[in-house]
Amino acid sequence: MSLSPDDVRHVARLAQLDLDEDELVTLAPQLAAILAYAEKVGEVAADDVPPTAHPFPLRNVFRDDEDVAEPLPREVVVANAPAEQDGQFLVPRLLGEG
Amino acid sequence: MDTALTTLTAAELSAAMGRGDCTAVEVAQAHLHRIAATDDHTGAWLAMMADEALATAADVDARRAAGEALGPLAGIPVAVKDVMCTRGVTTTAGSRMLEGFVPPYDATVVARLRAADAVLLGKTNMDEFAMGSSTENSAFKACHNPWDLRTIPGGSSGGSAAAVAARQAPIATGTDTGGSIRQPAAVTGTVGIKPTYGRASRYGLIAFASSLDQAGTFGRTVHDAALGLEVMCGHDPKDSTSIPEPMTSYVDALDGGVEGLRVGVVRDFMGEGAAPGVRAAVTGAIDRLAALGAEVVEVSLPHAEYGLPAYYLIAPSEASANLSRYDGVRYGLRVDAPSTPEMMAASRAAGFGAEVKRRVMIGTYALSAGYFDAYYGQAQKVRTLIIRDFEAAFAQADVLLGPTCPTAAFPLGEKAADPLAMYLNDVFAVPASLAGLPAMSLPVGFDGDLPVGLQLIGPMLGEAVMLRTAATLEADLDLDLTPRGPNALEMPA
Repeated sequence: MSLSPDDVRHVARLAQLDLDEDELVTLAPQLAAILAYAEKVGEVAADDVPPTAHPFPLRNVFRDDEDVAEPLPREVVVANAPAEQDGQFLVPRLLGEG
Repeated sequence: MDTALTTLTAAELSAAMGRGDCTAVEVAQAHLHRIAATDDHTGAWLAMMADEALATAADVDARRAAGEALGPLAGIPVAVKDVMCTRGVTTTAGSRMLEGFVPPYDATVVARLRAADAVLLGKTNMDEFAMGSSTENSAFKACHNPWDLRTIPGGSSGGSAAAVAARQAPIATGTDTGGSIRQPAAVTGTVGIKPTYGRASRYGLIAFASSLDQAGTFGRTVHDAALGLEVMCGHDPKDSTSIPEPMTSYVDALDGGVEGLRVGVVRDFMGEGAAPGVRAAVTGAIDRLAALGAEVVEVSLPHAEYGLPAYYLIAPSEASANLSRYDGVRYGLRVDAPSTPEMMAASRAAGFGAEVKRRVMIGTYALSAGYFDAYYGQAQKVRTLIIRDFEAAFAQADVLLGPTCPTAAFPLGEKAADPLAMYLNDVFAVPASLAGLPAMSLPVGFDGDLPVGLQLIGPMLGEAVMLRTAATLEADLDLDLTPRGPNALEMPA
């Protein structure tokens, strides 16, 4: 198991993390070591073993489509936002120009 | 200031307040004073709730004087792990990402503590987003073990464990995803309980790995931890993974002894993976259970050795999805950039610490196209095998036993540079997490000057038998669990 800084850069892009070069260089061998250890799961996970996503065999929990509680007031919802305007979340330009 | 009040257990404080020997305000003041006097050494607290605590305590005293009915935690100080949302009180999960975040609502477990008339003292230090085994990943400050201030308090709930051991609070809350209550309890000589997955609501807990996260408690006695847990647990319609089965009393479950009980020693946990001093203390405790009338049998969890590698795929995978919410839009840190995608990537890079980035990266890799089957898919199959192992073991035994973690507290900094070495702390804790089983740590002895924890694992919703076993052993061992030694925190008389 080995990972190049380019491999790590690709994963960082998928994870929306703007890592600097030092972080990429540090992370490459650390991630490789952790993943090499984790690969041990392949030794026993046979085809006839079903996967478990959750400790209980849960099914979706439904309720009637009705009001169950008053929602929080809008000014409370946006109170922790880094930027807001008129009770809405404000973000920088979303799409490319042109 | 009566610092002696901080040496009492929750049960003793309740009795003292009930007799009129002291008031809830005096109890709150004593603990707040103890924190102010010692937290430079322990680093256990991230935010205090002093005004609110004193107001709650005064309210309890007034209602007691008026003869009103009071909740089961009336006037009892409780420390709250900073991963639990507290309305109006800063909640950071130990991360710069959430510095200054003030939740507009309470987590259900916090609301239940308030409804039981607990006096919430403040928020405790933790590994960032509950990822770690030493609290060294806190973005804010180091936390120290009261038994030896040069050593780790465990993690991720290290602040809660240290606070209870330091006599800063008799009860504290924690969360346990892969050992984050049990391991800190073990290394601080406290009792730490993780209930069955789904028994305590996850509503309002800052998520790490949703199929594993579970809230629980710390105390200096089994009774205190069970009392806090009983208040926190129960069905919550706000959490769709909450278990609907009615609650039974955990406090009422403590009596009855272990006569005829089948206790299963997990052979796979008793090998070279545990330090000799840890094994000796655990073996001594098992011998006592036999002397008390329990039938000791040996059981095996043949796939336990695959638990840790599976855990370090499943938990980071779930974390990578859960932590996608930190994007600089609705709350949390934002780093300005010309476009929203750049703003998000820059904010996440600035707001997350090294271990969180590592786990998000592992999870993203394990879930990415071409690797999903080999990593996450295989890990889910291992989870099935571990659940089957436990089913077989519980056919032979009523409760399972082994060490909580491989060693006693290790020095701060010792494993900080080696992520994999740090992960190995969780090797005995994660199998029960993967299976969703109730599990706890009970102090049963010492390795040198430092406490050693016995792990008890119950069957699904089998908290009662686990707690009864622990309470019986605790009474028999009757250990002095006051931190002591040349590097210990100074303790109140």
